Amino acid sequence: MPNNFYTKKVMNHFKKPHNYGRLEKADGVGTVGNAVCGDVMRLYIKIGLDKKKQEVIKDIKFETFGCVAAIASSSAITDLAKGKTLKSALKISKAGIADSLGGLPPVKMHCSLLASDALAEAAYDYLFSNKKEIPSDLEAKHKQISKDRKRTEKKYKDWMEEQKKIMDKN
Amino acid sequence: MAKISEKKPNKNQARRQNIYMDYGAATPVDPRVLKSLSRFPSEFFGNTMSLHSFGRKAKAKLEESREILADLINAEPREIIFTGSATESNNLALKGIASANRQKGGHIIISPIEHSCVKESADWLEGQGFEISRLKVDEYGLVDPREVKKLIRKDTILVSVMHANNEIGTIEPIEEIGKICRNKGVYFHTDAAQSLGKIPIDVKKMNIDLLTGSSQKMYGPKGAACLFVRKGIKINPILHGGGQEFGLRPATVNVPAVYGFAKAGLFCGKEMRKESEKLRKLRDKLIKGIKAKISGAFLNGHPQKRLPNNINFRFEFIEGEALIAKLDIKGIAASTGSACSSEKLQPSHVLLAIGLAPQKAHGSLRLTLGRWTTDKEVNYVLEVLPEIIKELREISPFKK
Ligand code: FES
Repeated sequence: MPNNFYTKKVMNHFKKPHNYGRLEKADGVGTVGNAVCGDVMRLYIKIGLDKKKQEVIKDIKFETFGCVAAIASSSAITDLAKGKTLKSALKISKAGIADSLGGLPPVKMHCSLLASDALAEAAYDYLFSNKKEIPSDLEAKHKQISKDRKRTEKKYKDWMEEQKKIMDKN
Repeated sequence: MAKISEKKPNKNQARRQNIYMDYGAATPVDPRVLKSLSRFPSEFFGNTMSLHSFGRKAKAKLEESREILADLINAEPREIIFTGSATESNNLALKGIASANRQKGGHIIISPIEHSCVKESADWLEGQGFEISRLKVDEYGLVDPREVKKLIRKDTILVSVMHANNEIGTIEPIEEIGKICRNKGVYFHTDAAQSLGKIPIDVKKMNIDLLTGSSQKMYGPKGAACLFVRKGIKINPILHGGGQEFGLRPATVNVPAVYGFAKAGLFCGKEMRKESEKLRKLRDKLIKGIKAKISGAFLNGHPQKRLPNNINFRFEFIEGEALIAKLDIKGIAASTGSACSSEKLQPSHVLLAIGLAPQKAHGSLRLTLGRWTTDKEVNYVLEVLPEIIKELREISPFKK
């Protein structure tokens, strides 16, 4: 990990992450795994209604097992999403997260994707378990994430097999 | 990761520690070595191939260096070839032996925990039509000499097993493997980049035919390394040019770096016993302390058969890059085998080879001690590390 690899903003989030921990009685929980390196991120959201009766993210917390960028991205997305309507929170992209961190190294962009995926999954969980209508793009994203998850599992399996290969070669 | 650069030092920074525990990656040059090099640029700059006095002066230093390093491993000076890096030495050993012994056969045996320069050289040779067998290692990273014996065939030309592993510090049963190879008439190479100067090496007693050593892992300057090649071994150069280094490494020799390497070797040889004793104590204190203070901490590598300066732990529910970054913030330099910290985003092949699942290899921490490590520094690490692990576990979804 070279010097100046991460921006000051990334390091500040990493040093003092915002909104970490479990959220008791969450309305939605999203857990995603990193398709690239096999790390795990979980977001909890609590939903309330604003004056216009729109669903807003009242509270949000994260738990992350991953690298500096993954932890900083988790912290950043909780800041970005808190208080936003569900609809606009779902528009937070990996680029938006990276921007709010003053940029991420290219090899670490997938770590910010992890954060936006986790939020989508938490929203999906909330809508699904409350039998609410799920926007079609969220539905599509959910499908994609499930597919990625399977791929991760498969990748782990490949790794396991590779490891076995190394161990039993000959 | 080096220290985070901040222009204006503030009060906090003044108190910031600066503890280097990554001696396995690179060592600082010993000031005594540096001193011995101070007259080099003006006095010994000549080309060792020149016939005039300038060349002869440089040549004399080169030959003196050869003698010192030969002494360190009980070899003859003529058997020491200077190269530019351990990577080059390992490439020369594998490819040089392969190309010179094609007649006899194309089978090479290596361990699965070799440094990438041996691993990749073997992979490359495999692509060139050689057949590579990879040994197994046990959970500690130990090669079983009996397996070496079983795998040797009529067409086997080389066995390459490292002396001590760079990540987990395990010391391989080199003497036994050497004996088997000698009896079977197969060349035996060992990569001793991590062990030379730290633990005793006797190429005669250990039946070693080729051995790689590196200056920058033993308090010498970068840009110098060696390959011991036993007299009578059939080997080809991989570079072609002038006749330097007995034709095996034909390039202008970097005499200042080589001389620094030799000087460093001299001090390592003289002080090995005392230094390794000191390091072993500090190492064991760290290992004991970490086990006592942190739950879910497992030692990687062999508890006894390990380098005196190597500590490698795996922590449950921890990712290594984040751990290294936290330590760096506290002023401690260390390294990890986590996938997130590697360019290819894959965990270390060594940790996979000792049977760790990728998720488990994620949480590894390597601390390598050295000449200037103090008891105070060890105490500081033991004070800071449990806190950091706690912090990271608190934000992990895996905690109970
Ligand atoms: S979580 Fe593995 S690289 Fe970021």
